[in-house]
Amino acid sequence: MAIDSTPALLRTSTPANIHDHGRLNRRTPWTILGLSLAAGFGVAAFLGSVGATDGLSLTLALALGTVLYVVMITLISRQIEGTRQATDRFVTAMVTIAFTVAIIPLISLLFTVVTRGAARFDIQFFSESMRNVVGEGGGAAHAIVGTLLMTGTAAIISIPIGLMTAIYLVEYGRGPLARAITFFVDVMTGIPSIVAGLFAFALFALVFGPGVRMGFAGSIALSVLMIPVVVRSCEEMLRIVPNELREASYALGVPKWLTVLKVVLPTSIAGITTGIMIAIARVIGETAPLLIVAGFTASMNYDMFNDRMQSLPVFVFTSYANQGVDSQAFLDRAWAGALTLILIVMVLNLTARLIARLFAPKLGR
Amino acid sequence: MTATATPPTAAESPRAYQRLGDRVFSKSALIAGSLILVILAAVAIFLVAQSLPALVADPNDFIGRPDSFWAYVWPLVFGTLWSASLALLMALPLAIGIALFISHYAPRRLAQALGYIIDLLAAVPSVVYGLWGIGVLAPAVQPLYTWLTENLGWIPLFAPPASGTGRTILTAAIVLGVMILPVMTAICREVFLQTPVLHEEAALALGATRWEMIRMAVLPFGRPGIVSGAMLGLGRALGETMAVAMVLSPAAVVSFAVLQSRNPSTIAANIALSFPESYGVNVNLLIATGLVLFVITLIVNSIARWVVNRRKDFSGAN
Repeated sequence: MAIDSTPALLRTSTPANIHDHGRLNRRTPWTILGLSLAAGFGVAAFLGSVGATDGLSLTLALALGTVLYVVMITLISRQIEGTRQATDRFVTAMVTIAFTVAIIPLISLLFTVVTRGAARFDIQFFSESMRNVVGEGGGAAHAIVGTLLMTGTAAIISIPIGLMTAIYLVEYGRGPLARAITFFVDVMTGIPSIVAGLFAFALFALVFGPGVRMGFAGSIALSVLMIPVVVRSCEEMLRIVPNELREASYALGVPKWLTVLKVVLPTSIAGITTGIMIAIARVIGETAPLLIVAGFTASMNYDMFNDRMQSLPVFVFTSYANQGVDSQAFLDRAWAGALTLILIVMVLNLTARLIARLFAPKLGR
Repeated sequence: MTATATPPTAAESPRAYQRLGDRVFSKSALIAGSLILVILAAVAIFLVAQSLPALVADPNDFIGRPDSFWAYVWPLVFGTLWSASLALLMALPLAIGIALFISHYAPRRLAQALGYIIDLLAAVPSVVYGLWGIGVLAPAVQPLYTWLTENLGWIPLFAPPASGTGRTILTAAIVLGVMILPVMTAICREVFLQTPVLHEEAALALGATRWEMIRMAVLPFGRPGIVSGAMLGLGRALGETMAVAMVLSPAAVVSFAVLQSRNPSTIAANIALSFPESYGVNVNLLIATGLVLFVITLIVNSIARWVVNRRKDFSGAN
């Protein structure tokens, strides 16, 4: 047990002077951690063997070990180093635990998506739609096409509006209008995605009658979500362009609009691209608004203005929610769709960061 | 210009020559900016216009035949606030801990990579969280729920019977907590890193331990950041749809028990689940609940912004 072995651990490093409080050896916390975890595993194994839990519960072992470590390090440190150091060690342990606890869902999620998604992550998944498929087989080609079409249209709508708004705020905006726009961009950032979907539905239902479902309405809903993100990131990037560059351009007699186009934008283009890609990554995973205004379907649909259009997130949701006779096939497809979605988002994020790093303007030295 | 002429004031100085390109460019920028206001106004107007029929309609036409519109909305509002507060309660201490770990505890070289890992959590689409919540988390926590109801059932929160599937509001709140963790961590981290280094060094120079330094210098400085991060996280949790829609097994109840199989649904999840099959006045009803959600998130977000902006004026950082 950990307690028996502590006396050997209590040897402190040689004090540099006589006023020095005892300090725990640098390696002592690690030793305590190891012993605590070992004890935790011991207790869990014991509980497993007497039948209190089914077999060796890894979670229980780790939890017990962690709690034991926190208690031990605090008590030992209190004995040797005093209350203040003990509190410090306690908080350090808690903060580290907080971080570890947060990592667990991420690892579990990525692991599950990869292992369960791999089953149907094949060529058929990317080349076939779900038309006339009741059990196994089928794919998400229609959903991928729908996602690309709708997100692409949303990007075509949002990027010019967002970028021009950012330019207005940074280069032209003064006074109440600019303040109002800044405020309402903040408000827009907070719009729940489902409300954006309802808005698009309300808008199109007014024109096309109730029960309207079309891909373009989905793009509108996505634009509402995307514009504020684009504005915020572009604004930030335009603001860090140094004023000296603008002034130098004005001094050469370059008109303002050309200064913006040829000096300010090229300087910040890397950051703007990054911001836009992250905005796309954010809306490409949106499910709720598309579920409402674009609906779901099993067929391929290239027409943005007619009929329901499937998208990848909605495909994942409907495969899970409306499981057919062969439910495992539907679940497999849902996980494969989730894997595809995560891969797309990750690639977008990584590329965005890579662009930001590689093409960052060289300001000063 | 003669030597005796007074220097021209701003008003009478010759106006700069306005080129066509300049005018077109500045006007289109202005239009784009104003479009934001138009869009937001349109969102509000269309939502109100489409929800009005539900407010005046006969409640007997509504699905489930509630007594009135508010009788229909109240359990949903309760579920929304309840699940979001549970999520916040779990995520906030974690977020502060993670932010501190990244800003003040982790080795410098690791810190950036760790921050990026946390940001990855934000990039995962919500539908994938939903799938994970129902496929992995719910079965994993179900034994714990049974244990809690058996041993701590006298606490109203853990009142039995435990749900057999683990699809309870607590599971939904855990998923929500994981989802709002990155945004709260990002804001807290940002503020903690802005703490004036001189304050930190002064505290350390007076012999403070690392925790005492954090308590005396970092946390007081970062408190507004923590508050606004929490509010933004809350706003996100309130509006989150798919994760809740997939994880929760809903019922129209108002109940604080978090482990049972009958859980209050949330506004957003209810819309997502009911909308595809709705017709007639029920569509207006759902849009009206959406409007309620919009107003709630608007209030929460406004408070967050207000806290942030109030701090900007007299913070030590600028």
